Amino acid sequence: MKKEIKLSEDLIKKIHNVANEIGRDIVIMEVCGTHTQTVSRSGIRKLMPKNVRLLTGPGCPVCVTAQEDIDAVIHLAKAGIPIATYGDMLRVPGFFGSLEQVRAQGAKVFSVYSVEEALALKKDYPELVFFGLGFDTTTPMTAMALKKGLTVYSTHKLFLPAMDALLSMGEIKIDGFLSPGHVSAIVGIKPYEHMNVAQVITGFETQDVLVGIYMLICQIRDGRREVENEYVRLVKQKGNPVALKMIADTFEIGDGNWRGFGIIPNSGLEVKNPKLNAKIKYKDILSKVDYSKSKKPTGCRCGEVIRGLIMPEQCPMFGKICTPEKPYGPCMVSDEGGCNTEYRYN
Amino acid sequence: MCLAFPGKIISINGQQATADFDGVQKDINIGLVPDIKKGEYVIVHAGFAVQQLTKQDAWEVLKEYEKGNKII
Repeated sequence: MKKEIKLSEDLIKKIHNVANEIGRDIVIMEVCGTHTQTVSRSGIRKLMPKNVRLLTGPGCPVCVTAQEDIDAVIHLAKAGIPIATYGDMLRVPGFFGSLEQVRAQGAKVFSVYSVEEALALKKDYPELVFFGLGFDTTTPMTAMALKKGLTVYSTHKLFLPAMDALLSMGEIKIDGFLSPGHVSAIVGIKPYEHMNVAQVITGFETQDVLVGIYMLICQIRDGRREVENEYVRLVKQKGNPVALKMIADTFEIGDGNWRGFGIIPNSGLEVKNPKLNAKIKYKDILSKVDYSKSKKPTGCRCGEVIRGLIMPEQCPMFGKICTPEKPYGPCMVSDEGGCNTEYRYN
Repeated sequence: MCLAFPGKIISINGQQATADFDGVQKDINIGLVPDIKKGEYVIVHAGFAVQQLTKQDAWEVLKEYEKGNKII
């Protein structure tokens, strides 16, 4: 442990030296929510040189799930369709309440750790719908469950189009991305290469993140815009071809609806098989949802946190009326949400 | 959501395996890493192994990087 502390101290000095050589303010975005956790838990943000800003990005699937989708699934649950989904999603408030609240009112809503639990529930509840969410890392599991006959309401998303959107929107100038390690375990390295921005695919231990930042600011200093890989123990050049094929077999790419962004073309994944696609199977129920209410502003600024425009504490509700115990928005619900992480660690 | 944990495969039974997570044993699905063998390490996300894990840690990567070696 002493050796690790010494190496971390040396690395922080190196980061300061390179930042000093750069001599201007730079912005690094850690796009993955699990990186945000490591950065906050280890106090890395506070150890950065004054001219290096670390921003949180959109890599929290719960946070970017659109209000319309939450409201749609709540209507399915209220109509008597049993719903299973990952735990965090139960607490995210939609306009018509949260899944947790409709469960308290008698709806059949189940929290699962894995799609295999959803498949097991299907034996008792044949009409069960799995509310599928998550990026490239999580989609292969849903793909496997689709092959076993699970009905899915998909909000699965490809992550890289969101990074493209951040760059093309130009709201903030991003000098480099700490790119997501576990998304990359599936997609590999090549899909990042068109982005024309400095990137380091990075692991999730404290030392990984420090080495990733060091490699990234060396790139920025040298004026390089490459994709480098710090997470070599996991991320392979071609990713996981078995998982990628599984996704291609069961999903088709369409527009994705992201909280904070709106529609990002070619970022959404819809279930190919109409018999297992809950949006088609239950279109009669879903066509009656008043989505105009989903768009009503709530005062929650999660969308701006996701795009790196504000830090959580700049939201007037943060820590006052919006806390992990009583969240107003998804960034405070999820363990990976920028607001939740900031509240717990800082 | 992309949170994942390293585990060591201690037994395999078709698409199912038992993995050891620092002393806690749990059944996982290995359908996405069909070539994985007993004794090897994987990263597990939502009950599924998503990729094999090798042993190079951050310091080894840093050492290679500082030697000017291309890391991929």
